[in-house]
Amino acid sequence: MDAGTHNPFVSEWNGVTAAPEEDVNRLITFTGVTKRYPDGTVAVHDLDLEIPAGRITVLVGPSGCGKTTTLRMVNRMIDPTTGTITVDGRDIREVDPPKLRRGIGYVIQQAGLFPHRTIIDNIATVPYLLHQDKKQARARALELMERVGLDTALAKRYPSQLSGGQQQRVGVARALAADPPIMLMDEPFSAVDPIVRHQLQDEFLRLQSEVEKTIVFVTHDIDEAVKLGHRIAVFQVGGVLAQYATPDELLANPANDFVRDFLGGDRGIRRLRFVQELDAEAAAEAAVQAADGGPPPPTDDEAATAGER
Amino acid sequence: MSAVLSPVAVGDSGEPLIRWDWIGRNSDIITHALNDHLVLAIVPVLVGLAVSLPIGLLCARYRWLYAPVVGITSVLYAIPAIALFVVLVAFTGLTRTTVIIPLTLYTLSVLVPAVVDGMDSVPEHVRQAATAMGFGTLRRLVQVELPIAVPVVMAGLRVATVSNISLVSVGALIGVGGLGQLFTDGFNRDFTTPIVVGIALIIALAIVADVLLLIVQRVLTPWARAGGSRRTERRAVRAELATPEEAAL
Ligand SMILES: Nc1ncnc2c1ncn2[C@@H]1O[C@H](COP(=O)(O)OP(=O)(O)OP(=O)(O)O)[C@@H](O)[C@H]1O
Ligand SMILES: [Mg+2]
Repeated sequence: MDAGTHNPFVSEWNGVTAAPEEDVNRLITFTGVTKRYPDGTVAVHDLDLEIPAGRITVLVGPSGCGKTTTLRMVNRMIDPTTGTITVDGRDIREVDPPKLRRGIGYVIQQAGLFPHRTIIDNIATVPYLLHQDKKQARARALELMERVGLDTALAKRYPSQLSGGQQQRVGVARALAADPPIMLMDEPFSAVDPIVRHQLQDEFLRLQSEVEKTIVFVTHDIDEAVKLGHRIAVFQVGGVLAQYATPDELLANPANDFVRDFLGGDRGIRRLRFVQELDAEAAAEAAVQAADGGPPPPTDDEAATAGER
Repeated sequence: MSAVLSPVAVGDSGEPLIRWDWIGRNSDIITHALNDHLVLAIVPVLVGLAVSLPIGLLCARYRWLYAPVVGITSVLYAIPAIALFVVLVAFTGLTRTTVIIPLTLYTLSVLVPAVVDGMDSVPEHVRQAATAMGFGTLRRLVQVELPIAVPVVMAGLRVATVSNISLVSVGALIGVGGLGQLFTDGFNRDFTTPIVVGIALIIALAIVADVLLLIVQRVLTPWARAGGSRRTERRAVRAELATPEEAAL
């Protein structure tokens, strides 16, 4: 499972025109997937969804609409009641769950860091599980800390000694440690305050432009969805997929009243802002990072790419 | 010590509360009683831990088991030691085993809930993150859940150890009571010195055991004490972020 070998999006990330939609490599597919919990709750209803490789696909919708359930069916934390899910063309029911999961990064809201392990060992968790060389795993963990904007001086600390924003960064680094082609992210930035959240989002976009993972990103925040998503799947309660489209398409042509309401009354403004915001954000981020001594701001190429989405 | 003892150190018979020379002459007996006491207190804790761990883990996993198990251990706890001795003597005689069994049962009533609480102290998101990263059930238990449960289990272990150290003396009723033997001796002869020595040693033993366990706990869980700097650090990070962000707006 190596996304790099069949990833048609490298060129687009570099600021060149997107590959035509038909050519998109569907890394994860849901076919007729329904999840009914034992108590009768239908969390996901007859879902057909194709998630492209190397891009960020956002699942968005109100609380209880089945986003987490959908996400967790990908790594078999939850098994569908009916329907089929494939990853890289392979029915995931054929794969032993722990094995499947070691190839899929997972980031959650509360970070889920191991309180009893140092930051560096937290990050190296999956490489350890895969019996990779300890020294190498640690070296890579340090490298990842830098990549996600963490001071490597924090390596020997415990998670409780980090701020919420730092913990989220560790969560992202940990998910990336074994270089999985797929990352599942469940509201990863929602537990931190807005300033940190925006910074994390920006850094996440920059990081993604380098690593080009296939990312399934859950949020209930439509602004976050629009900012991060190449494609957005809007769910409504009952686990029904209301619309699956690019952010621009979604804002321009909401499929129904539910989507229109969910996007909110300031849809026109949001759409405008969606296009403008990127420049402003790049500037703000540059200021933050310059003062922070952090990683460099996104290049013009990335900003241009983001603008095209 | 002498300041406390001297003024009140006179009984009915005019005998002092403590006669230091007795201690010197009977150091063998005292050492022996102390050793006995230690064994009688520690074996039930070790056996109790070994038994509580699987029972506690089962109860944590199959919740419906927990109430009946706690019920049973509580009932056992409520049975007076003397009653258990009477029953057990018929099977195990006037041996250490007769003392160790009730103490082990008492230990269970402390440690089974401690293990269950310890497992409950593992945050659900941590458990799920472990699963999502590809830990199997056993590996997750050994590498994630049990280590995180250690502080809570250790707290139970300390309670069980200290209370066992005091409970052992009851064994003196059947002639196997460690330092409790000194009590019987003292009462029989209306002689306070062994009693005072016994009490002092039991307290000292309890304190030493507790401190040792505390040290073990700290060594095992360096992470549990970490975190003191977190709040200040968080504030620092906020301040750091707020300034440039505001400047940019
Ligand atoms: N284990 C479960 N048993 C029964 N019902 C469940 C279970 N987990 C989730 N549900 C229900 O399934 C529905 C979808 O839940 P899910 O967690 O997928 O929603 P979500 O979109 O992630 O919501 P949120 O934004 O609040 O996280 C909800 O109605 C929820 O109550
Ligand atoms: Mg959710």
